[in-house]
Order: sequence, then structure tokens, then C-alpha cells
Amino acid sequence: MRHIISLLMENEAGALSRVAGLFSARAYNIESLTVAPTEDATLSRMTIVTTGSEEIIEQITKQLNKLVDVIKVMDLTEGSHIERELMLVKVKAVGMGREEMKRTADIFRGRIIDVTEATYTIEMTGTGSKLDAFLEAIDSAFIIETVRTGASGIGRGERSLKV
Amino acid sequence: MPQTAVLQAERAKSAADRRIGRVFLTETGQTDYSRRSTNELIYCQIMDATGAEIVVRCLAEEGVEFVFGYPGGAVLNIYDEIFKQNKFKHVLVRHEQAAVHAADAYARATGRVGVALVTSGPGVTNAVTGIATAYMDSIPIVVVTGQVPTPAIGLDAFQEVDTVGITRPCVKHNFLVKDVKDLAATMKKAFIIAATGRPGPVVVDVPKDVTAHITDFVYPDTVEMRSYNPVVKGHSGQMKRAVQMLLEARRPMIYAGGGVVLGDASAQLLELARLLGFPVTNTLMGLGGHPATDKQNLGMLGMHGTYEANMAMQHCDVLLAVGARFDDRVIGNPAHFAREQRRIIHIDVDPSSISKRVKVDVPIVGDVKNVLNDMLALLKQAKEKPDAPALNAWWTQVELWRSKNCLKYNQNGAIIKPQYVVEKLWEVTQGDAYITSDVGQHQMWAAQYYKFDKPRRWINSGGLGTMGVGLPYAMGVQLAFPDAQVACITGESSIQMCIQELSTCKQYRIPVKVVTLNNRYMGMVRQWQEFFYGSRYAESYMESLPDFVKLAEAYGHIGMRIDKPEDVEGALKEAFSPALKERLVFMDFQTDQTENVFPMVEGGKGLSEMILAEEL
Repeated sequence: MRHIISLLMENEAGALSRVAGLFSARAYNIESLTVAPTEDATLSRMTIVTTGSEEIIEQITKQLNKLVDVIKVMDLTEGSHIERELMLVKVKAVGMGREEMKRTADIFRGRIIDVTEATYTIEMTGTGSKLDAFLEAIDSAFIIETVRTGASGIGRGERSLKV
Repeated sequence: MPQTAVLQAERAKSAADRRIGRVFLTETGQTDYSRRSTNELIYCQIMDATGAEIVVRCLAEEGVEFVFGYPGGAVLNIYDEIFKQNKFKHVLVRHEQAAVHAADAYARATGRVGVALVTSGPGVTNAVTGIATAYMDSIPIVVVTGQVPTPAIGLDAFQEVDTVGITRPCVKHNFLVKDVKDLAATMKKAFIIAATGRPGPVVVDVPKDVTAHITDFVYPDTVEMRSYNPVVKGHSGQMKRAVQMLLEARRPMIYAGGGVVLGDASAQLLELARLLGFPVTNTLMGLGGHPATDKQNLGMLGMHGTYEANMAMQHCDVLLAVGARFDDRVIGNPAHFAREQRRIIHIDVDPSSISKRVKVDVPIVGDVKNVLNDMLALLKQAKEKPDAPALNAWWTQVELWRSKNCLKYNQNGAIIKPQYVVEKLWEVTQGDAYITSDVGQHQMWAAQYYKFDKPRRWINSGGLGTMGVGLPYAMGVQLAFPDAQVACITGESSIQMCIQELSTCKQYRIPVKVVTLNNRYMGMVRQWQEFFYGSRYAESYMESLPDFVKLAEAYGHIGMRIDKPEDVEGALKEAFSPALKERLVFMDFQTDQTENVFPMVEGGKGLSEMILAEEL
């Protein structure tokens, strides 16, 4: 099953490699991993999307907690949560397709953030599946390149992850 | 060794003072060790110390007794400071691997943090085997490593490796100190992290320029780490459930691991076992955690465990696991283990050890000693008592298993049986020696036939299974306890992996007794090849072995070669006689080449599917 694990850790050199190393050393799956400092510059917040049985997810959270630099770990998928991913897509936009591309982007609430005579660059946020759906909706022949951030997540309502 | 005794006395004194944490300074700003007060200064302050000086001062402040190390370019500043001090003794090994092993053994035997110091690059890569060995067995050590100067890091400088990267998977934590201002606090963190929670090795990587930089030295009493707070006390509700479950048990079993030894909880375990009257088994790492000669002790369990321990483990209805981790060499195939219904209580300081290989019913995270103390209190308050008739019936069954006498062997004949040597060693040393071992058949025979009644007496590489640890382990133990009997049970293959340390033993007059069970084979490899590879002994026969007697003599020690069973006892008695108390004695016992370790649970098999000696 897919899980989104959020964690706070010391914003120190090498902290990311401790987490990445843990996943490879113990052969855990890793679908995506995002990391950036928080409003407190001494803290980094990381979102890891992983898959595994309940036993494996339990081990993953325990092993993450065991890392000395990790302060808190939360499995967002245990409760209600919001998940967002940012994608930038550069597409061919010429002739008839140019108008059609704009419409499709609008339908998915994407924004065109760069325009040339022959291309659009579209910015889109949403859950991973929404981004997948957009990519399926446009003809793959039009896609020049895509870049995705991987999911970021946050708990709904009062649920929060803080020191 | 009078010098060591002085050091130990000083250590005890400084440890007592350090707890109060007040240190006086001399006029020149050095720590004044002759004047210590309970109410003056909060910190030990030395103005304008170099990084190298700070490293050495920190070690002194921690009450470190021995630093095992090997110098090199990146640590020359530190060595220069070591030269100028007399608070701790530096032990020069012959290979960095041995430095870490010796520090590791010192920690295992004393319960204090062991310290090793190595240079950058090859110094570090040589140390990695030692670090990984300590990591797998949760041993508290601090390894200080030299690094190339910070401006050279990443430029493929001479003797540069990414130490933090290379050691990351086999340390509890590691640090690269880029600023001399962070050095003292980092050293403090290293000692705290190594020794608390589930212990483990910590590496502090110090670039050469940092050892030359100057700053104010303040050694903190403690360092707060918001991200590091190991659980100490067990959950009271879980402990109540556990006690209830123990009292309801009809076929109970206590399974005690290395955590009992590391957590200094053997007295509590013994009391609990006595109070309940339950059978106890120890893991390889837990030997001595519950006395082997106690009637309730069923011996070691696992791949080469006793018949009674493995059968009781498989067929119990309530299992109390204390500081153990259900690893593959202990319970064999987890699916087979799960076939029998039983409820499991698991006490461990590391939550990730719980429900890792075996699902448990009552997890209790906490310091083993605290948890056992709390459970003892609950048990004493409880109105119920263990079910006596059920327990009697269970013991009858256990005794039936025990009557198989699975460790019996036959010493008739002209060839020395390895088991016989270990049994005689136990007799000659009155079961009171510190025994280190290498890895292989001799390790299992040592575990099976030397009956450890006290914790911290059995020093071996359980998790990583590192051949070569035996001799450096014996060095670390003997230095910590100069008057104790220390024997290294080894094989002719293992001993050659760190044999250069015979030279260290000569330099520091370390009088360990090396008991080599020489069967001219890598015995455990040969055993597996006999059982599982149609007796095709690929590369497991050692040709061209050295003459160990001459070799020992070349290093300045005493060598003995023993060929006949009737000479075994005499040789051991001589080696441990007062006349040779100050000498290292290397005993080369020519043992039976075909002997195998029994009982044996094959890989992938269940605990109750043992091969016994008589069945072949």
C-alpha cells in the first residue's frame, strides 16, 4: 500500500543521505522524496512516498525515528491529509494544437508560465494522479519534457507535525 | 601492571568528580586536576586550545583510560598532544582494524565507552570492519578519525576518503567537524550517543586544519539534542499486561539476549527467573546474562543451541524476550517458528527491534534494567502465583529434552577433541576467565562448553561474525583487567587474520593466553561443505600453516604445541600458572579435523528440526 511519510529533521549536511541510505540499505521502496528547509532554518521537512506491507511501513517509521538527526516522523496516510505535487510540462504548441493545449491546461487548472512561438510551459499542481491524468489527456507526441517535484503532504485540520 | 592500576584509580576519581561537573583551572588556564570542587565552576575552561588539544582534553574529561590507535598524517597534531599528556594511555596497535576491535572489547568487558583513533583514508577503511563489528553487536565506542584539511576535501587529496559516507551504514551516528568551535560539543555528543539508548559506534571525523585551529575550549557537562531522546522507562500498562501474561503461562520460557548484558540487567533477570521459576535460555550475545550453571538455565539456543533450549523455545506458550532480537541464527525460519501458538512479550530499548522478524503481543520499549525492576515490583505485589502444576509438568518435559544430553562427545582415542579443550579450559580457569573468541566452529564450542556464570565475560563477534577479532579483543579485555585470566579461543584460520597483534601484546606486556583449536581447516566452512556441498572442500583447507610455536617465539612469546589428549590439561595449567602470569602463551592444539558442531539447525529450517550428533 502507498504511504506518505512526513518527517522533520535537523537541517544539516548529510541528513538527506542518511535517509536515502537507510532506504537503500534496507531495500525499502521509495517512490518520491522531497526535502526543503522549513520556516525554522535549522529544520528540514521531508516527504517520502513509499509502498510496502503494514509490517514494512512500521519498520520504515521506526528506522527513520532511530536516525539521530530525525526529530519527528508521521505517516500522513494514517489520517486525513492533503497531498500536492508540482509539475512543469513543456509541450509543443503549434497550429491547431496550440488552442487545444491551452484549453486542456485550463480544464486541469494549469497555468501557462512560458510561451514561445512553438511551445508552452505549463505549471500544474495537484495529487500525483491528477498530474498523471493531465499527461494522459494530452497527446504524448506533444510533450517535450516534464519535471515533477514528487508529493508534499500536510495533515488536515488540527493535525500537524512540528517540534 | 601498576601503571594501569593508577590509571584506574584516577579514572574512578575523575568519574566521581565529573558527575558533579566542577573543575578548577590553573593560572595558565589548564585543568587543575589536583583541585576539584563541588560548587565553583560549571565548565572546564581552557582558553585558546587547538583542535588537537581539544580532542585530547575531551577524552581526558570523559575519563578515558585507553586510546587504541595508529598515527598518520592527518592525526599528527592530535598525536603531538597525546605525547604531552598523561591522563590516558595510548596503545599502538599494528593494524587499525585491531585498534577498533580492542576498543570494542574494552567496552564489552567494562561497560564503558571504548575509544580508537585512526588516520584518514586507509586508516579509516581499515577501521571499518571494526566499526561494523561493534555496530552489529551494539557496542559503545567512539572512533576519532583524521581527515584531510577542509579546503582539500572533495579534491581527491592524498589519503582522502569520504569517511562519513563510508561509515554511515555501520555507525549509530557520525560527524564531520568542519569548525573547531563545534569540536568539544561534538565530542560530548559522540560519547552520549554511543553510550545511551541502544549503544553503538560513533565516528568523529576531524580534518587536519581543524586540529590546528584555535578556539576557547569549553567542555559541556551535557548536550541537549532535540532529535535524540531514547526511551528509558517502560510503559506501565504494557508491563502490567506482561506480568499478567507471565502469571497465566503454562509453558513459559525466558529468552535473554545481549541487551541483558549491555544493559547490566543480569541481576534483575536472575531474580525474575527465580521468582517465577521459569526456564531461561541465552543467545550467543547473552551468554553470562543468566548463569550457565543455574538449574533453570537451558544453555544457548539457536543454530547451534542445545536441544532443550530450542525445543522449549518452539513449544512454549508464553515467551518473554529480553534484550534479544529474534535474528535468523536464533529462531531459524520465522514461518516455522510461527507454526506453534504462543504469546510473546518483548522488552527492548530499540523499538525497531520489536516486531521486526516476529510479531509480538506485548511490546515494551525501555531500558531493560528499568523494565525488569518495574516488572519485579509488579510481580511481588501480584496476588496470583505461577500455575505450579502446569509449571511442574512443563519442567518434566524440559528435563526430558535435557536428558538427551545433546552436547555429549567422546574423547576416547588419540586425537584431541576441540570440545575437550574448552571443557578443560573451563575447569582450569574455574569458569572465571574472560573468554574472547574468533568466528567459526571454535566460537560455537566455546559458547557451548565454557559455562559463563557472569556477564561481560564472553567477548565475541556475534552479529557481523568477524574472523580476526579474538586476539585484539583479548588485548582490550586484558588491559582493562590486568589481573584477570584472559583467554582467546581461536582457530588456525581466524588467528591469522590479526596475528600481527602478537607484536602489540609484546610491547605492552599483555599476557593473554591464546587457545588455538587447530584442525587445519576453516572448520565451519568445511562443516557446511560436508553437509550441503557433497564434501567438496573448496578452498577450506589451509596449507602451509606457519609453525605457531616458532611464530609465537619470534614475537617474543611462549609457544606450545599439544598433540595428545592427555597433554591438554597440563598445557593449560602451565599456561595459567603463576610462573607464566606475565607472559603471553600461544597454545597450538592439534584437534580432530572431522569434528562438527552439533546440534545444528540448517539455514531455513525450524528450531525443532535440529541435527544431533548421534543421528549421523
